[in-house]
Amino acid sequence: MVETAAVGRRLTWLTASVAGAVEETPRVRTLDLDVPGWSGHRAGQHLDVRLTAEDGYQAQRSYSIGSAPNDGVALTIERLEDGEVSPYLVDEARDGDQIEVRGPIGGYFVWDGDEPEPVLLVAGGSGVVPLMAMARHRARIGSSTPMQLVYSSRSWDDVIYRDELESLGLDVVHTLTREQPPGWTGYSRRIDAELLRDVAWPASESPRVYVCGSTRFVDAAADGLLELGYEAEWIRTERFGATGG
Amino acid sequence: MHHDLKLDGNAIGGLMLELFGSDMTGAGSTCGGCGAHEEMARLDVYTGAGIVVRCRHCEAIMIRIVQGRGRTWIDLSGTATLELG
Repeated sequence: MVETAAVGRRLTWLTASVAGAVEETPRVRTLDLDVPGWSGHRAGQHLDVRLTAEDGYQAQRSYSIGSAPNDGVALTIERLEDGEVSPYLVDEARDGDQIEVRGPIGGYFVWDGDEPEPVLLVAGGSGVVPLMAMARHRARIGSSTPMQLVYSSRSWDDVIYRDELESLGLDVVHTLTREQPPGWTGYSRRIDAELLRDVAWPASESPRVYVCGSTRFVDAAADGLLELGYEAEWIRTERFGATGG
Repeated sequence: MHHDLKLDGNAIGGLMLELFGSDMTGAGSTCGGCGAHEEMARLDVYTGAGIVVRCRHCEAIMIRIVQGRGRTWIDLSGTATLELG
């Protein structure tokens, strides 16, 4: 085990073992990790994964934690075809394989469940992962805080956590931007002010907002919410990109 | 690593935690250029050969980080203040 020098709290690389895997979509897989020494996490946080090749080459990426606090560490990873880390995690990692992780990381994009405001979650693709930790946390603690998820996917088959989302007691609005199943009556447009005006809490509710997705997605969604009269400080955003790979 | 990929301060949360020893995504920052105050998670981050952190309001460079040969070089000359919780 390698320890990284840091002042105050030490951020330590821990050895994690793969303890289970779930195929979420053809391109996305969830890995349950057994992490001895893990300190626990808050909903919305991420961790860093480091892989070391036999020749010593190291590659490191960040992945959001999809599991609720106190429910182990599960990462949901999307395979990027030219990635250095995600193809291994999605296609090759088997039970018992070991990887290095450090975390949890982040004190900004988190929801603890005791905030009074209604919650709006806005997800683009695998940006749903940290938001799923919040939705699961809400269900687990029996919170009555109103929560809604507006979730953009390319197609119905690309919807991550599709079945479980229906069972968590939150209001879910899907939009399918590339391909819709026959008879689809839901949205098929990219998330923008017009769509958000239809479905999101009115600004008068002063909701607490979490937006996660690609940079372009996050910027469009946040701009749309500002158009609806949301205030910038209500909106917490997390852009990914380097999280893949 | 993608070149000039625009992310935000969440993406360097692990590195900043390693360097500063406490969570920096929620740390307050003041831009040395325009004086805007934002949590670090809300700053624009570009990753390439090194890391460049820019003010989301005036786009001035606030922080540059370069790592190599086991050392880390941090240029904070564009940042007026950092406030750790």
